[in-house]
Order: sequence, then structure tokens, then C-alpha cells
Amino acid sequence: MNELDIVKSVPIDYFVYLSALLFSIGVFGVLTRRNAIVVLMCVELMLNAVNLLLAAFSTYLSDAQGQIMVFFIMVVAAAEAAVGLSILVMVYRNTKSTDISLLDNLKN
Amino acid sequence: MQQYTPLIPFLPFLGFLLNGLLGKRLPKSAVGLIGAGSVLASFLLTLGCFSQVSATGGFETVLYRFMAVDSLDINFGFLIDHLSVWMMLIVTGIGFLIHVYSIGYMHDDDGFWKFFAYLNLFIFSMLLLIMGNNLLMLFFGWEGVGLCSYLLIGFWYTNKEYGKAARKAFIMNRIGDLGLLLGIFLIFKMFGTLNFSEIFDRLPGMRLATGATTLICILLFIGAMGKSAQIPLYTWLPDAMAGPTPVSALIHAATMVTAGIYLVARCNALYALSPAAMHVVAMVGVATAIFAALIGLRQNDIKKVLAYSTVSQLGLMFVALGMGAYATAIFHVTTHAFFKALLFLSAGSVIHGMGGEQDIRQMGGLRKYMPVTFWVFLIGTMAIAGFPLLSGFFSKDEIFAFTYAHGGKLWWGLAGFGAFLTAVYMCRLLYVTFFGTFRGTEDQRHHIHESPAVMTVPLIILAVLSVVGGFLNTPHFLHLGNEQWLAHWFAHPGAAGLPVIPMAEMHMEASTEWTLMTFTTTLALVVIAVSYFIYNKVANLPVSDASQTGFTKVLANKFYVDELYDTLFVKPVERLSKIFHYYVDIQGVDGIVNGTGNLVQSIGAWFRRLQNGNIEYYLLGMVVGVVLMLLTVFF
Repeated sequence: MNELDIVKSVPIDYFVYLSALLFSIGVFGVLTRRNAIVVLMCVELMLNAVNLLLAAFSTYLSDAQGQIMVFFIMVVAAAEAAVGLSILVMVYRNTKSTDISLLDNLKN
Repeated sequence: MQQYTPLIPFLPFLGFLLNGLLGKRLPKSAVGLIGAGSVLASFLLTLGCFSQVSATGGFETVLYRFMAVDSLDINFGFLIDHLSVWMMLIVTGIGFLIHVYSIGYMHDDDGFWKFFAYLNLFIFSMLLLIMGNNLLMLFFGWEGVGLCSYLLIGFWYTNKEYGKAARKAFIMNRIGDLGLLLGIFLIFKMFGTLNFSEIFDRLPGMRLATGATTLICILLFIGAMGKSAQIPLYTWLPDAMAGPTPVSALIHAATMVTAGIYLVARCNALYALSPAAMHVVAMVGVATAIFAALIGLRQNDIKKVLAYSTVSQLGLMFVALGMGAYATAIFHVTTHAFFKALLFLSAGSVIHGMGGEQDIRQMGGLRKYMPVTFWVFLIGTMAIAGFPLLSGFFSKDEIFAFTYAHGGKLWWGLAGFGAFLTAVYMCRLLYVTFFGTFRGTEDQRHHIHESPAVMTVPLIILAVLSVVGGFLNTPHFLHLGNEQWLAHWFAHPGAAGLPVIPMAEMHMEASTEWTLMTFTTTLALVVIAVSYFIYNKVANLPVSDASQTGFTKVLANKFYVDELYDTLFVKPVERLSKIFHYYVDIQGVDGIVNGTGNLVQSIGAWFRRLQNGNIEYYLLGMVVGVVLMLLTVFF
């Protein structure tokens, strides 16, 4: 039994439920948390939920394209984290806080 | 001659352009020269046309196709036949004399150049009206003269009353124009063409319902009522005296107001098919003749008397038209143009000499101060009153003869009563103004002077015409020569092969005609003589309006017609427009417009609350949106 078969021994539904759960947790976190670091972490969670789904389908369908997409998403996620965190550093320097609800200067 | 025909209206138009565009910079002599010269040139060309028409008959020239839509094909063309060339002679001839007179009369006016530009534009429009070979061209001219009338009545526009008079004339005419326009539409619907010769060509072959013909004729007559100041649309004409006196002479007495007569005479073939319409024409005419003459009895403004006399004379012409005596009506148009232009211009001379005074109660004894004006005014008065062998005598007598022959004794009596009143108020005007002693102020007595030659020469020419004008068309039984010349002239075949104006038949014994003529003449002479004794007495001089009582007060107030119209039409319309202004415009239209703005504003204010700057909130919105989209996709 190789790795593929091991993966395939888990029903596809479980992967879908898991990633949906992870994604929903991510969304919930983004919507409810005010700490920018936690929000970013939740975004990562959402991205990785998608990654998981892509990898699972890729395996089940024996198609490598999905896994290639996973690599792309990882790269984008890394870039996003780098940019996001550096913005956050700047925000912290200006407001002495990482609370995103303070960032409403564009409102007026 | 044919190829020069278009020049006849366009020379005055050129004069209008020159004076209107450059007149301000030109010296007054040049302006006068252009104004009068262009009309003189038209007159000379018209004489050429006249000789050609009398030699070879009428002709039609087409300049270009004006418009062609479906079956509507209208050319910019001229119909020169015996009727139109005659009217052209009157318009350009009298017009020229009045232009010359105006050079003297308007000499001190700042708007000298403007005045001549308007006058030339008027001559152009009037010629277009007369010469047009289709009803649309006639309508152009019709509107053009209406416009010029408005411009010239309101010439001294700084006076608010004059501006009102101008507007009144314009609006009154507009009512008539609507009738004319509807008549033209109906003619197009029936005949499929607006060209005069084609209409009259198709007329014999058509089986028109009497009702339709009557309707067309009545509608055209409503147009004529407006332009020719008949009841109920006459009230603008007396007010039109606000304009400078040469304008009153040219437009509101001699030419423009006869456009209605011309229209009916031109369409005589149509009217001949509708006895009912002719009856209406005659009734309106006779009512106007008497009504206006009654008002004229108690007016104290020298121009107002003449204005009412014009209305009354126009009524008499419509009586002639209604009796089927179209040529007689045009004959009276001709003689009336002579003596009414003369009367107005000599009245202008009086006003000029008196330094702007128009109230005859301030005059008196003027014959010593202004002999030429007195003599020509005397001739004009005698002509209009029907003094034997003067022009008005022949034309009016012919109207009476036809009225007696076609309408009977009652009509004859009514028309004669109108003419009797005419003689009375004209003699009153003459005696009060020129006889007796001077009643004005000392200043006026010093100022008073005879008018310059540029004004008196046209007067003398017009006086001569007023004397001899009647011999154009003498009655058969007098054997004066030239019998019925004008009627025969109009009876020549026109463009459609039919007579331009058929000879009106009159079956009367010469002895009856003699009796009628003797009666009216005696009446006129008695009036002239008796009123001399009445109005030369100081006790019988006109009193102030306030102290008049009874019927004379009603007359002095013009039967309260203006007040009646004011209550019946003007005030309700005013009230209605106030209602519309407040409820429909301010509350309705403005309400909708402002309401739309307010609605958008309040919706915006409401939606503004969504944009609270809270990122989670936006994200929530996004998530909800995506979820909803997914739900709609999958379920």
C-alpha cells in the first residue's frame, strides 16, 4: 500500500468537511478578532484550508495540477505574510496597538 | 417683366437689411433714401407688371421648390394676376407716399433708421402676402405683417402702455391666425394642394359637402376677422394707434388691415359655394360697421376716431364681400386706402404741428394755422362721408346698391345707418379740430406750424387720388365713362382660366339706383351741413369723459368691450395661470424635481451608515454576499 492508497483510504468527504471547517474557523476569526496578528493567522488558516482541499482532490483525481496550485498559494501566502506583517509593524509604530478597529481614518 | 417679379418684394427686403444692419451708422438722409427708394423701385416694377398683366393676362412665376413632403409640394412662387397686381399697386404706391411722409414726420426720432427698417420689412411681408401663389406663402406674409405691426405699435417701447397695445394686437391677431391656419389645413386635406390656381382648378370637379366648404370659409374668415379687425377681434386696432402716425396710416388703415378682404376676395370661388358663410361674413361686417361707428361718435383722440372709422369701413367692405360683390369690396379697399391714408397722415400733420397733442378738445380753429392740412383733411372727410363725385361716394354707393339688390331693404338700411354715422363722426372731427377757436395752451399756439413739404406733398397727392379715385369704377346709370372698369378688370380670366373675380350680377332698374343714390347723397349732404352748425357751437364741444352720462358715457367707454374681454377672458386666464403657477409649477413640477433630489439625498444618508469604516463589518458583508451567492448557485 503506497502513500496514495493510504490517502485514498480516507473518504473524500472527510477532507471536504475538514477544510470547510478550517476555512469557516478562519473566516470567523477574521470577522471577530480585533488583533491584527490573529487576523493574519486566520487568513493563513483559510489559505491552508484551501490548500488541503486542493491537495486532496489532486490525489484522488491523480492530477498534479492541484498540487502545483498549492505551491503557488504557499508562495503567495508567504508574500502576503511578509507584506502584512511589515504593514502591521508600521501600524504598531504609529498607534502603539495592533487593534484593527482603530484603523478607520478613511471613514471621514 | 416676369423675370423681374421677384425683385418687387425683395427690394424692400434689401432696404430692410441695409437700414436694419447699417442704418445706425448711416446719415438720416441716406436711411430715408434707401427706405423710400426701395419702395419706389418696387412700385415702378409693379407698374411694369401691371402693364404686362393688362396686355397678356396674369402669370405665375416659381422661384424654387420650398418644400416637398409626401404629397405636400410647396413652391416659393408668385401669382401675379389682376387682383394681386392691383393690391400690389396700392401697397407699394401708398406705401411709397407714406415712406416719404415719414422722412418728415420721424425726423427728430432717435429710432429713425429702425423705423424705416420696420416699414420696409412690412412692405416686404405685405407683398409676400399678396403675391404668394399658395396659401403657405400667404401665411408667411400674414405672419410677417403681424410681426411688423407688433414692432411698429410698440415702436416707442419705453412707454409701458404702448408695449401693452403692441402685445394686445399680436395676441388678438394670433387668435385669428389660428382660424386661418386651421382653414389652410382643411383646404390641404380636401384639395391636396395649397396652390391657388390648383385649388380653383380642382374646385369645379369636386363634390364638396356644403358643410365642409362652409367650415373652410368660416375658418378663413376668422383669420380675416383678426387681421381686418372685425367683431369680436377688433379691439386691437384702436389701441394700435399707439404707434407713430405713418404706421397707423400705412398698416392700420390703408394696407395691412385689408389683408382679410384680400383673402376672402382671393377665395371668392370657395365662398360662392357657401351661402351660409357669406351670410356670416355680411352679418359680422354690418355689426362691426355700426358698432364701431357708434363708438367713433364719442372719441376725443383724433387718431382713435379715425381708428374706429377704419374698423367701421372694414365692416362695410365685409358687407360687400358677404353680398358677393367682391370687386366692389376691393374697389372700396382702394378708395379707402386713398382717403384713410390721407386722413391719418393729415392727422399726423396736425399732431406734428401741435407738438404731440392728440386730444381734439385741445385743438380748434386749426384751419388758419395749417391751411394745407386743413384742405386735404377736408377732402378726406368729404370723401369718406360720401360727398358726390369724390372717391368714397362711388365705392360706398356701389356697396349700398349691391346690399339693396342682394340683401334687401333691411340690409341696405343697416349698412346705410353705418355710413350715416360715419359721416356724423367724421364731420364732428373735422369741425371740432379745424373750425371754431383755438382751445389749446399758449405754448401750443406758438408752437403750431404747417408741416414741411416732404409731408404736405404726399398729402396733396393722396388728396388728388381721393378726389378722382372713384372714377376707376363708376356705376352704369350715371354714364360718366369708365363704367365698372375695375369690376371688368378683375373679371379677366386668372391663372385657372376662371375669372379672377367674377362680375357680380345686379338686376336693378336705373330708376331704383337713382333713388338710392339720391337718398344716400342727400343724407350725407344734410349731415355735413347740420353737423357744421352743431359742432361749431361752443356748447356742443366734446366734454370731459367723466361728466358724460347715459348712452354717451357708454359710447365714450367703447361699450365697455375692453372691460368685458378683461373680465371674460383676461382675468380668468390670469387666475388660471396663477393656479397653474402655484399648484402645477411650484408644487407639482418643482415638487417632483426637488423631491427627486431630496429622495436621493435621504437614501444616500441612509446608506452612508453602512460605510462606517469598520473592516470587520465590510468583511462580514463580503462573506454574507459570497455565502448568498453560493446558496443561490447550489440550491
